[in-house]
Amino acid sequence: MTTEAIYAKLLPIIQGYLPEDVDTSQVHPDSDLTRELNINSAHLVDIVLDVEDTFDVEFANEDMENLRTMNDAIAIIHKKIN
Amino acid sequence: MRKRVVITGLGVVSPNGVGVPAFTEALKNGTSGVKHYPELEALNFSCQLGGIPPLSEEKIAAYFSSLQLKNFQSSGICYGVIAGMDALQDAGLDIAGKTDGALTQFGIVFGTGTSGVEKFREAIYKLDDGLVRRLGSTTVAQTMASGVSAYLGGMIGAGNIVTTNSSACATGTEAILMGYERIAAGKATQMLCGSTCDHGPYVWGGFDAMKVTTYKHNHEPHRASRPMSASASGFVPGSGAGAFLLESLDSARERGATIYAEVLGGAVNSGGQRLEGSMTAPNSEAVQQCIEMALCDAGVTGADIDYINGHLTATVKDPVEIENWCAALKRSGTDFPYINSLKSMVGHCLAASGAVESVAAVLQLYHNFIAPNLNCEDLHPEITRRIDTECIPQQYLETPLKTIVKASFGFGDVNACVIFRKN
Repeated sequence: MTTEAIYAKLLPIIQGYLPEDVDTSQVHPDSDLTRELNINSAHLVDIVLDVEDTFDVEFANEDMENLRTMNDAIAIIHKKIN
Repeated sequence: MRKRVVITGLGVVSPNGVGVPAFTEALKNGTSGVKHYPELEALNFSCQLGGIPPLSEEKIAAYFSSLQLKNFQSSGICYGVIAGMDALQDAGLDIAGKTDGALTQFGIVFGTGTSGVEKFREAIYKLDDGLVRRLGSTTVAQTMASGVSAYLGGMIGAGNIVTTNSSACATGTEAILMGYERIAAGKATQMLCGSTCDHGPYVWGGFDAMKVTTYKHNHEPHRASRPMSASASGFVPGSGAGAFLLESLDSARERGATIYAEVLGGAVNSGGQRLEGSMTAPNSEAVQQCIEMALCDAGVTGADIDYINGHLTATVKDPVEIENWCAALKRSGTDFPYINSLKSMVGHCLAASGAVESVAAVLQLYHNFIAPNLNCEDLHPEITRRIDTECIPQQYLETPLKTIVKASFGFGDVNACVIFRKN
């Protein structure tokens, strides 16, 4: 799966967890999910569950620790499915 | 000197009406909210009836964000939030702004018996399959007892005490008194108080197993809940939520708020599971003491009471409750006040009952009417031996009301009694 294809599937997942006052246009591949997009850090585990369901992968605790941006997520997914 | 406390907002999510206007109409018309649920029949329940508030997805979406509703399975939190936010709006109060601090004079006591049982069930199945990591981020918030007060606290921005009380079927009435005491003591200006109860087989099953629910009316739901009837054969389980916005009289006057009634006072106690009291039955001596203490706290006597909103669940204990009211108020026969039980319309809303029924009581006080008692055309002889049948209206009755009393009794032998007066 290409980076672009992963990004296209990942974006709607991330958008579902944005606070009401953060516009979807503010989402960039290197945006920090909690610090810049103000996603509640508790929701990172929900994002991971959605990602697991969408890409049929499983994140380890170590993967969670390295998850800060969409690019991080893409890199982890890449590693898992290839 | 303690501050006077008044009710400036009400909210209710009841099996026979959601929102104060619909619920008031249902009260006046004697509308039953009890229905037959095939799911209970399929699960081999003896009582296949229940009271579940009618809520559309659109209604729920007006109170929760789509993110909050993701994997959301706590009907109790849903009911409590809707009733609580309605009470806030009814009082004409605003939530704290996003960039403001918390409202330091606004507190919450919102009780429940258990929270998010459906969510808990889902979590247990996943966990037993070794999938604890798949529980998601909201399992704790939905299943912790204080989930309902925590959801409300965040939506409103409450900065005073935010807590959940739990005293079985006395929970809601106790919550009102806890909020009342906090305002009376000058420790808060406004308190959102009430209680909520999940619906469904996982909440109701334990009662079904105890044989305290009725199995005799599965074919006639509207006639099933029969408080004070000679043919009462157990309660019908219900669910829902009721909410009160309590406020110091000074604050209410300053805001020019509509005042439904004053909370004159009340009492909570326990029978200690002594004498005839047990985990599941009340100690009558303590019940009478609770009512007497409530009268004393409110500075009124039994002679002042115009109307009683009873606990009256439709079990063999109803005649005992009437006997206790007679003894505590020192009134009987034709001198007894009007009395009714909302449970004849909605069943026993368990942890929510005290709050839903207190909303009903205050609406009857505010609008000067007694709601009809359903299904007691055959009044229990032990009741009619003590009080006149005219005290138990079976039709809608308009009558001026000034001072009323509401009591609730719960498992664990706990009691709560509150006195309301028209302001």
